[in-house]
Amino acid sequence: MKYLFRSPLFILLILCCLAAGKLKHVHLQPEEFIKSHVKNKKEASKSLWLNKELKKKIGKILGRPFKTLRIRYWSHEKKTIWVLSEIGKTEPITFGFVIKDKKIEVAKVLIFRESRGGEIHNEFFTKQFLSCKLTKKKKLTKKIDGITGATLSVNAMKKTARLALFLDQLNLQSKK
Amino acid sequence: MKKVLLVCAMVLIFGAIFAQEDGIKGLKKEIQELKKKVSENEKKIEATADSIEDSGVKSGVAFGNTTLGGYGELHMNQLSGKEDGTSSKREIDFHRFVLFVEHKFTDRIKLYSEFEIEHVIASKSDAGEVEIEQAFIDFEYINDHHVWGGLFLIPVGFLNETHEPPTFYGVERNPVEKNILPSTWWEAGAMFKGQITEELSYDFGIHSGLNVGSGDSYKIRSGRQKVSKASARAFASTGRITYRPMAGFDLSLALHFQQDLTQKTEVESVSAFMFNLNVSYQHKGFGIKALYAHWILDGDGPDAIGADTQSGFYLEPSYRINDNWGVFARYAMYNNAAGSNGGDSEKSQFNIGVNYWPHEKIVVKLDFEDQFYENDSGERRGINLGIGYQF
Repeated sequence: MKYLFRSPLFILLILCCLAAGKLKHVHLQPEEFIKSHVKNKKEASKSLWLNKELKKKIGKILGRPFKTLRIRYWSHEKKTIWVLSEIGKTEPITFGFVIKDKKIEVAKVLIFRESRGGEIHNEFFTKQFLSCKLTKKKKLTKKIDGITGATLSVNAMKKTARLALFLDQLNLQSKK
Repeated sequence: MKKVLLVCAMVLIFGAIFAQEDGIKGLKKEIQELKKKVSENEKKIEATADSIEDSGVKSGVAFGNTTLGGYGELHMNQLSGKEDGTSSKREIDFHRFVLFVEHKFTDRIKLYSEFEIEHVIASKSDAGEVEIEQAFIDFEYINDHHVWGGLFLIPVGFLNETHEPPTFYGVERNPVEKNILPSTWWEAGAMFKGQITEELSYDFGIHSGLNVGSGDSYKIRSGRQKVSKASARAFASTGRITYRPMAGFDLSLALHFQQDLTQKTEVESVSAFMFNLNVSYQHKGFGIKALYAHWILDGDGPDAIGADTQSGFYLEPSYRINDNWGVFARYAMYNNAAGSNGGDSEKSQFNIGVNYWPHEKIVVKLDFEDQFYENDSGERRGINLGIGYQF
């Protein structure tokens, strides 16, 4: 046991803990995310109530039955703002998307709850989603490179990005 | 008379006007009340929806703060002995069924567990096992920095921590992460993990150790105690640094040290040091994984039989054609007696195959396998077929 406390690995641990103490949280609370993109949150908040047909389409995108009654969204100028959650391995991951002109303008991981795969919140990963559109088959126009060991979290973000783009199109259509 | 009629008409007209104004005022009031009621009803509907959704399913299967998930895989091996029929493996096996049970005590304190049944039936006369592979408390002491306490998977290789069937190619797990990195490898202790910068993350733990001696030819896989009344005379430490400079690229170096691999059961202690390098790159469907692991055992016992060095590597290029199909090839080489006194103990294996995902969490796998052993004993060649899933 004594050796462990003399080992370089133990020193590395101490350094890591000290470094950790100086770090800031990189995730955003959904309220802060909305606030940063919508001037008057209360006025802009809307609910998209889902009928059977819509739930079926959303279920197809997410690869699971979608039972939620409605989806909240915010709109500001020509943008729609979506805070959506999807399960990675067993826990929901909360994402924030801003859509403008049918393209993703902002893509962020807001809350990560899983034990592994949290690396998806890094900008080098999320920036791949920027400018992504939806194809006719409701797929993303870009191929997203994954992260080893975070496959399920990556899939969750890809699905919610597709959902945000799909819902944005619905929203625009309903305004016409 | 005319004047009287005019006055009467005016009275009637003004009366009607005043009555109309009263009516308008009343209507306005009614509209305002209706607006208020509509707004209140909207709030009630939203609140009802909130309540229904909050009490409903938020994750895979949720019971309050407890969630349930899992995975399973069925394998069939049709492998023929290359020398003769005695080493053939023609077998169908429901290899494993795993349940994850997770519980959130608070936003920062959680329990993760993994309960596994291997080979369907576990009894004295059957090959199966009932195991707990993970059961730890995760405490996030600072955002993005965690300490785990309990039973956890050792942070080495690609498969040890993430081995749900839809996440990897090939029916069977690769032989290097079985015989050199003894996946699934779990120990008990404390593990710190987190991110230093966006590109750099770390894991470091002090935990229970392996227990292997001359009786098992110091083969690493034989040393897993599985934390089942495990000897705790010699602890071990494992550290890993992972570097992710861009999407799709991962480089990690893991180091492991144990002061005495025999847990002080043999006269002479055998210290063990392991390093493991993993590189993976994915871009537009193309992927490549490379892993190298190397053990150095310091002691006369392992030195005498060449087990003082045990190492292996594999290289796995793959191509994800679309959401449903992916192909791969893998060359793996390993040696549990790679020291100077080891003899012909090098083993290599080649696999080539396809994964089909009918759903992102379900996979059907088929691969061709060819084994090449330096001593030619027990080599096999044939196909593996499997189905796996997670939920």
